[in-house]
Amino acid sequence: MKTSRRDFIQKTALFTGVFTLGFDWFSADASAMEVVASAGRFNAFLSIDSLGKITLFSPNPEIGQGIKTAFPVVVAEELDVDWSQVQVEQANLDTKLFERQLTGGSGALKHSWERLRKAGATVRKMMMQAAADQWKVDVNSCKTSKGVVLGPSGQKATYGSLAEAASKLPIPTEVSFKDRKDYKIIGTRVKGVDNKNVVTGKPLFGIDIRKPGMVFAQIIRPPFGATLKSFSAEDVKKMPGILDVVSFKNKVAIVGSSTYEILQARASLTCDYGSDGPLESNSTHAKWFDEGMKSDKAQVMRKDGDFAAALAKAVKVVEATYECPFISHSPMEPMNFFADVKKDSALLAGPTQVPQPAQKAVSDLLKIPVDKIQLEISKMGGGFGRRLNNDFVLEAAELSSIIQKPVLVMWTREDDMSGGIYRPAARYHFKAGIDANGEITAFYLRGVGLNAGNSTRQDNFPVGAIENVLIESFDQKSAVTTGPWRAPITNFLGFAEQAFLDEVAEVAGKDPVQMRLQLLAKVISNPVGKITYEPARFEEVIKQVAEKAQWKKKPGVHQGFSVYYSHLSYVAQIAEVKVENGKPKVTKVTAVTDCGEVINLSGAENQVKGAIIDGMGHALYAKLNFQAGVASPQNFNAYRLIRGNEVPVIDAHFVNNGIAPTGLGEPALPPTGGSIANAIYAATKKRHYKQPFS
Amino acid sequence: MAINCTVNKKKVSLDIDPNTPLLWALRDHLSLLGTKYGCGIAQCGACTVWVNGEPTRSCVLPISAVSNAQITTIEGLDPAGKHPVQVAWDELDVPQCGYCQAGQIMTAAGLLKKNPHPSDQEIVDGMSGNICRCGTYHRIQEAVKLASKKIKK
Repeated sequence: MKTSRRDFIQKTALFTGVFTLGFDWFSADASAMEVVASAGRFNAFLSIDSLGKITLFSPNPEIGQGIKTAFPVVVAEELDVDWSQVQVEQANLDTKLFERQLTGGSGALKHSWERLRKAGATVRKMMMQAAADQWKVDVNSCKTSKGVVLGPSGQKATYGSLAEAASKLPIPTEVSFKDRKDYKIIGTRVKGVDNKNVVTGKPLFGIDIRKPGMVFAQIIRPPFGATLKSFSAEDVKKMPGILDVVSFKNKVAIVGSSTYEILQARASLTCDYGSDGPLESNSTHAKWFDEGMKSDKAQVMRKDGDFAAALAKAVKVVEATYECPFISHSPMEPMNFFADVKKDSALLAGPTQVPQPAQKAVSDLLKIPVDKIQLEISKMGGGFGRRLNNDFVLEAAELSSIIQKPVLVMWTREDDMSGGIYRPAARYHFKAGIDANGEITAFYLRGVGLNAGNSTRQDNFPVGAIENVLIESFDQKSAVTTGPWRAPITNFLGFAEQAFLDEVAEVAGKDPVQMRLQLLAKVISNPVGKITYEPARFEEVIKQVAEKAQWKKKPGVHQGFSVYYSHLSYVAQIAEVKVENGKPKVTKVTAVTDCGEVINLSGAENQVKGAIIDGMGHALYAKLNFQAGVASPQNFNAYRLIRGNEVPVIDAHFVNNGIAPTGLGEPALPPTGGSIANAIYAATKKRHYKQPFS
Repeated sequence: MAINCTVNKKKVSLDIDPNTPLLWALRDHLSLLGTKYGCGIAQCGACTVWVNGEPTRSCVLPISAVSNAQITTIEGLDPAGKHPVQVAWDELDVPQCGYCQAGQIMTAAGLLKKNPHPSDQEIVDGMSGNICRCGTYHRIQEAVKLASKKIKK
């Protein structure tokens, strides 16, 4: 691994017996010349002080995906220290030190794998060089183990004792990485670095932020598409604990000294709204879906061969329509954010998946330079994509600038579920043409989404295996705000497509697993057009899941199969259903995942099981209704989330082929609705075309 | 009139609106931030604390109802984190985002206090009132079992 010499910036400063070294080859901006002002900070990701304290900095926001543990595991592995020797700290937003300091798209490890390895391996090499110099031996005769350099004649020196000398050495231009057979931490079960703080109730989350002089606030937001005409503030302002009632951007903020007092004030406050036209309801959305399906303005996303001609020649045609509603992200920690906006500067703190855009958006809104806006990243009580949209950050910042106080804006559960940024509602129409040999010769998909952007994934399997393909997308603008929801688009498209292929296999008289393998064999021998997936990796997860779940080899067990590629990872699933008191019950899901190298097996299992439970719960229960621009339900009494007595056994396996790691926070979700729906069909002969199923 | 009660073995006096839910008294007035708000309507269990040893939803319980009561929050279960449930939670790496876990742990510890060796079905039933949006349910159930074994020793 070569590193460019000019990318390195090295400065040495000695103070109170500890050295400081900053070099900046990880910086997004190589011209950034600032010394990292922390004792023994070797690079963006790690510091070792002369007392031997090893601190690993995890830059990305932790949302439950385990990144705060996984990133340091990679650094510690290449640094060659024992996991028990390291401390992990959450790094705050620092655009000079870190790139891509965000949580989203299951992309963190894919992006940072090489950089993290380099961060550890480079410092390991510097430690070896420092020891070799001291012992006057060849560096190549030295080894390392558990944070100690071992010399050729039994010499030993800890990294701590070498840290100062190492810091004065030139940065190696070439480093080598460990062979994966020598891994001691990567691939093992590493417990979450925050576990101890979680189980003792430490204040880790945005909702727990407390700062001197801070006040609380809640914000009443208008129905989607409505404008605020007036509100009754005078009596409310006199209520106990209420400090202010202010309005901005069609919203009303109640500022107070405690949550309960604000809740009381809210109950007494009335808002009057108006609108230019009728506000959206379920019926509006149904009409838009119908229109979108017929529209001649759909965008052609992909065209291979001649779909219409091939369909006309087909012996059999399968056609089906699938639909999903808007749903809420419902993280257990509702939206909240802290802001303390001064005239020329701001302190922001809280749970956002995307701190840098938050800083930029606040800078644009309040005309404060970005370098005067500090952002502290807190642990997030879930997010599932909701915290990719910084609306709640901007609100807090704007309110703080109006009231000129440090403020924590808290969303109630009702605010969180009615305040928008939902998974877009979508409808899909599929058609497949099958020839006399049972081969699929024509494939059509039109997606109609409400604020969904491109609701298709036009280059994904089974595209690439079929000669005649037409994929179209139609996006209908809606006042209902939407955004990415765990596995954006594919969280439902995966279900629709995998359920449709199950139906196609049945009509074609093929086994669903064999049909996928035959299609992939075609892709391998003769792919049609551009594809984004690797067919061999697809095949492997399919073969492994069929074997592990004993596909069609368990008499009396109803099974359903699905497989999906997203976020550069491959997940195949087989769900099992039994009928209890006339109702289908999902008893088991077997999943085989290819996400490349598994960094932390414990965390990886958590992600797969969690994503399957998430996918199943939302497929079974979740739906938001709209009436005159207002979403309902607004709380968990009527918006059902899956519970512990409803989860099937989940058997999670990994291919773990050593390929550079790819996404894992999301990929196990998209196939879930499909495997379950297909198993329900096997058990009941009833197909599901809509989410929620019940 | 102030309401007196004991929180984590310390006597406290709360001179606030007696209708204030215990959750907000803990968080906003006593700075005990480990107990979490999730729904405010006793549906999710994130706010579970013990009132006189009984797991209770603090989000709907007015402080007027806890006069002279003994309250235990996650901070008071075992501040060193050595309670068998806390140890099991760490050992099996239960938390993902971690937000609901204080409520899960207080529910689990309450369950084991009453029934130190529950059956698998009793664990599933006893824990199903608490929602975990990350879906850590399998490990929650395994951790209750492990904690139960630790109590046996």
